[in-house]
Amino acid sequence: MGLLSKKDANLILDPLADNNPITIQVLGICSALAITAELKASIVMAVSVMFVLGMGNVVISLMRNIIPSKIRIIVQLVVVAALVIIVDQVLKAFAYELSKTLSVFVGLIITNCIIMGRFEAFALANGPWRSFLDGIGNSLGYGLILIIVGFFRELLGSGTLLGFKVLGDPIEKTGLYAIGYENNGFMLLSPMALIVVGIIIWIQRSRNKALIEEN
Amino acid sequence: MGLKNTLHNLKEKYKGKKMAPAFNAIHTFLYLPNETTHSGSHVRAADDLKRTMNTVIMALVPVLLFGMFNAGYQHYSAINGFPADFSLLNDFLTWDNFLIGVTTVLPLVIVSYVIGLAVEFVFAVIKGHEVEEGYLVTGMLVPLIVPIDTPLWMLAIAVIFGVVIGKEVFGGTGMNILNPALTIRAFLFFAYPTWMSGDKVWVHEAVERAGTADAISGETILGQLAQNTDASYSISDMFFGFIPGSVGETSTFLILLGGLFLIFTKIASWRIMLSAVIGALTMGLIFNGVVSADWISEGSKFYGLMSFEFWQHLLVGGLAFGIVYMATDPVTGSQTNKGKWYYGFFIGFISVLIRVFNPAYPEGVFLAILLMNVFAPTIDHYVVQANVKRRLKRSKKATA
Repeated sequence: MGLLSKKDANLILDPLADNNPITIQVLGICSALAITAELKASIVMAVSVMFVLGMGNVVISLMRNIIPSKIRIIVQLVVVAALVIIVDQVLKAFAYELSKTLSVFVGLIITNCIIMGRFEAFALANGPWRSFLDGIGNSLGYGLILIIVGFFRELLGSGTLLGFKVLGDPIEKTGLYAIGYENNGFMLLSPMALIVVGIIIWIQRSRNKALIEEN
Repeated sequence: MGLKNTLHNLKEKYKGKKMAPAFNAIHTFLYLPNETTHSGSHVRAADDLKRTMNTVIMALVPVLLFGMFNAGYQHYSAINGFPADFSLLNDFLTWDNFLIGVTTVLPLVIVSYVIGLAVEFVFAVIKGHEVEEGYLVTGMLVPLIVPIDTPLWMLAIAVIFGVVIGKEVFGGTGMNILNPALTIRAFLFFAYPTWMSGDKVWVHEAVERAGTADAISGETILGQLAQNTDASYSISDMFFGFIPGSVGETSTFLILLGGLFLIFTKIASWRIMLSAVIGALTMGLIFNGVVSADWISEGSKFYGLMSFEFWQHLLVGGLAFGIVYMATDPVTGSQTNKGKWYYGFFIGFISVLIRVFNPAYPEGVFLAILLMNVFAPTIDHYVVQANVKRRLKRSKKATA
């Protein structure tokens, strides 16, 4: 990371693993459960959140000295709402089918805890460049989990990846389906997403003992 | 003596090593452990966890054997038609029937035990604790609550899921919130619904023969009722279990015997069983009342199940099996005597409720038991708190 100082690089790298917004802070779970049945939707959601969080952090950071602290939540909401509307309109214009799949969850980015959390915890106290890096880092950490969950749910639930039939055709019985394999319908239901996220948390914590809380 | 000594030497050799729990498990499974207390103020009761588990398995053996014969009976009856005048020895307890049972049910039992115990061994070695007996009963329950032709690889995946997510993540035997056997069944039900319902899965070979000239089928009684057709089996068939269904759930008679055996050996709680029966009857009566009050038309899709005689709910489906062997699980059920009444009652009550209103699948026993598993600690909490309050009041009165 020649471009960034070590401190700045950590802003991006920390949320990827040891301070991951989903698996460590347990924020943004709703969308991680709701839209990860397909890998494509997970990726689009990750990119959308990256745009909103990156831009939002910069805007809030620029305004941090003029926002009266009593009404800062309202101001933050206005900023997020404006950015989310942009994302929503872009999706509707250029990827209509996908925006239908994501349906209400694009709008619900506004209530994604990660975004308000980063505004409150970071952007209100740091400069725009560092806030931008923090936003990108956190949304990368969020997107990483979304994509992992989406990968396993689509692969095991529908036998496809990004719509490609990687395991063969279930109706014509080719590939794996020829020997009796069947898709796991449980993977398409939201409870299984929670279990997959739980397994990721389990693996992460058993690899890094420092993350285990004292009882 | 050779094996015992060898095992004992192996145990000493691996003491403190990573593989130690594996050898200890084999040793204690086959022989009495040599580290038992012989003196001092210890409880020296003979009914340890292993014996408790073995008693439940003994209560399950008749059901398993019946399931094997019934597998063959349903298979041949679906092909040749049901025998006109049924005789137990000539039509049911035949070698042909048993052969079908052995070739279909035994693989389920073996897969369930081998995979489940393998997971237990792996976790015992990773965690460095002893292998627990917890899977002995679960492994026997699982093949009894699945349809006869469940593909073995599906069962294997479900067993891994059930043991890991249902039990090991909570800390192993005795720490689980949900009944592992029912977790396995729930996984199968949600993951592969086409293999768990319909009129093809309850009879051996029906799935393979579908679409051919030799096609056979056998719908469960609940399935028939859900389609508003009358049950085509007599009451005695339902009671003795000559009906299609999951491997071990059909014979209410043998389940009843197993239940009595468990009550007399004081392994299972009679409170849970009795209150669950009362709960199921109550809900059945309510539905019967709705029908006789003409609040529901005959065209309604719930009519068939709602008009089903309330007490016959106990004879069909998995209700009896669930009440006797699943609801009474001492780990996941309520612990307090008063709590057991509530816990059991709601299992019966909700089972029949889900059974009638579940649009996709006319059975609800496993869902009801899993739901009440979750609520069991809450019920216990309130029972204990009520007791504390009552005693505080009493002591206040005594001192005042």
